[in-house]
Amino acid sequence: MSEVPSELKYTSDHEWLRIEDDGNVVVGVTDHAQAALGELVFVELPEQGSEVGQGDACAVVESVKAASDVYAPITGEILETNEQLGDAPEKVNQDPYGDGWLFRMRPADVDALGDLLDADAYQALLDELD
Amino acid sequence: MGWLWRVAPRGPTEGERRDAFALNLSGFRTEGRRTRMGRVCRYLPVLPEHAMALRTPLHDQHLSDGAKIVDFSGWDMPLHYGSQIDEHHAVRRAAGVFDVSHMCVVDLRGADARPLLSRLIANDPGKLKSPGRALYTCMLNTRGGVIDDLIVYFFADDWYRMVVNAGTRDKDVAWLRQHADALSVEVLERRDLAMLAVQGPQARALAAPLVGVAAERALALKPFSAAVDGDWMVARTGYTGEDGWEVVLPAGEARETWQALLAAGVRPCGLGARDTLRLEAGMNLYGQDMDEDVSPLACGLGWTVAWAPEDRDFIGRAALEAERAAGPPPRFVGLLLEDRGVLRAGYPVHVPEGEGIVTSGGFSPTLSRSIGLARLPAGESGRCEVEIRGRRLSARIVSPPFVRHGEPRIDL
Repeated sequence: MSEVPSELKYTSDHEWLRIEDDGNVVVGVTDHAQAALGELVFVELPEQGSEVGQGDACAVVESVKAASDVYAPITGEILETNEQLGDAPEKVNQDPYGDGWLFRMRPADVDALGDLLDADAYQALLDELD
Repeated sequence: MGWLWRVAPRGPTEGERRDAFALNLSGFRTEGRRTRMGRVCRYLPVLPEHAMALRTPLHDQHLSDGAKIVDFSGWDMPLHYGSQIDEHHAVRRAAGVFDVSHMCVVDLRGADARPLLSRLIANDPGKLKSPGRALYTCMLNTRGGVIDDLIVYFFADDWYRMVVNAGTRDKDVAWLRQHADALSVEVLERRDLAMLAVQGPQARALAAPLVGVAAERALALKPFSAAVDGDWMVARTGYTGEDGWEVVLPAGEARETWQALLAAGVRPCGLGARDTLRLEAGMNLYGQDMDEDVSPLACGLGWTVAWAPEDRDFIGRAALEAERAAGPPPRFVGLLLEDRGVLRAGYPVHVPEGEGIVTSGGFSPTLSRSIGLARLPAGESGRCEVEIRGRRLSARIVSPPFVRHGEPRIDL
C-alpha cells in the first residue's frame, strides 16, 4: 500500500506537487512510482531558469530496470533543482515526498493548479491499477 | 511520469502511452525489447504457446519470500525480493540463490546423441572427453544466426543433457526433434525437474550439505564439470562471474532445498540481480545481445565456434565461413560510460568507423558506473560516443569482463 499524503496535488503520471506559501510548487514522483521503478541509480534534472510547458519531458529518472521521463505537470519556470540527487538518487526511493523532491517551479498560470488531482482522486487512480 | 520510448523502433501509440507505465512496471528487460514484449502480451490475448503464465515449483515460495513477480518469456518470475542492488552485492561477496527453473533441461538419450549434437552445435562435442564435462555453445540456423546459446553436458555415450533458455525452449525442442527424427536418439524435455543457481564465493561451502549429490563429490568438481545422482545434478557453472553451482533437482524437492539454502544464509536473488551480474561478467543474454539474425562472430562468441575438425559439417558452418571470408566481423565490445547517465540497449554508438548499437546496458553496482555491451563496425577505436536522448556522451571501449570473482577487471 503506497503512501498518498493528503496535502499534496497529483498527476495521473504519478507525480506530486506541493504548493508553497509563495505560490511556487515543488515537484517529485509518488511513492507508488518509486516503488514501481525500483532502485534509482541516476536522475537527470532540468536546467535552472528554463521555461517548460505542461507535459514536456523535462527530467529523467533511471532505475536499475529502465529510464522514464518526468513530465512538467504545469507550464512555468524551473526555479531550482534538487542537486543532492546527483550523488544520491536513492533519496527518491527513501523519501519520495521529502528529500527526494526533483525541482521547484513558478507556475505561469495559477489556475492550472486546479486541474490537478487531489489525494482522494489519485488514490482512486491507484486502486484502479491494482 | 512516463516511460522513455525513444529507443524503440517507433514511438508509442496513444493506447500504448496510456499503458506505458503499467507495462514497464512488470517489464524486466531494457526498453527496446520490453516495448515489443509488452505489446505482444497486451494486444494478443495469449502468448503464442501458453494460455496463461507459467510458474516454477517455487512460485508460492517466492510470494512468501516477498518477491516482486514479473513476466519473463511467459513465466511469472521473481524480479527481486526487496533490493536488487543488495542481492547483487550478496552474490559478489557471499552467496545468493536464483530460481532458474524456467530454463529447460533437455536430455538426449540414445546411441546417436553425439552425431545429433555434432550436426546441431557450433562448438565441438568431441571436446567432451570424460563424463561430467560441460561445453558452452551456440546452436545455429542455416544462415549462421543463433537459435540459442546453451550448455551441453556429457554423461555417457548415450546420454547428453542440454540446458536451454526459457524463451527459446519450444523452438529449441522442435528443432532438436526435427533433426533427431531419422536418428536413434530421443529428445526428452524434463519438465519434472527444477533448477537453482547457487552463486557467490561462499555458495559451494554453504550448499554442499544440501544438495542430493555427496558433498565430497560435489566439492571436488572442477569448473565446467557436473556430477549426477539420480535426478540430481550439480554443475560448477553459472551466469554471474562468481564461483558456484547450478543445481538440477526433482521439482518436488525444490521448495525444501530452497528453504534450507536460505536457512544456511544464502540470499534469495531475482532476475534483476541476475541481469546486472551477468552484464558485469560480460556474458551475453539471448534475445538481447544476439538472436536468429546475429551470428556468433558478431556477438563476441567466435571463441565458441569449433572450426576444427574441418570435416564436421554443423548447421550454420557454411554461412559462418562465408561471413569470415567476407572480411572482419563487427566488433563486440564492452563500454564504460565516462559521463553520468545509464547505457541502455538500443542506444546508438558513434565511432570514427561508423555507427553501432548498445545491445545490453545498465548500472553496475560493483563499479557504481554504467556499463554496456555493444556491437560496433570493425575498427580499432578505444573511445566512442553514445547517443542518449539526443546528447552524445563519452564512453570508453573495454574488453569484458568488467568484474570477475568480486574484483573489478577494468580501470575506472
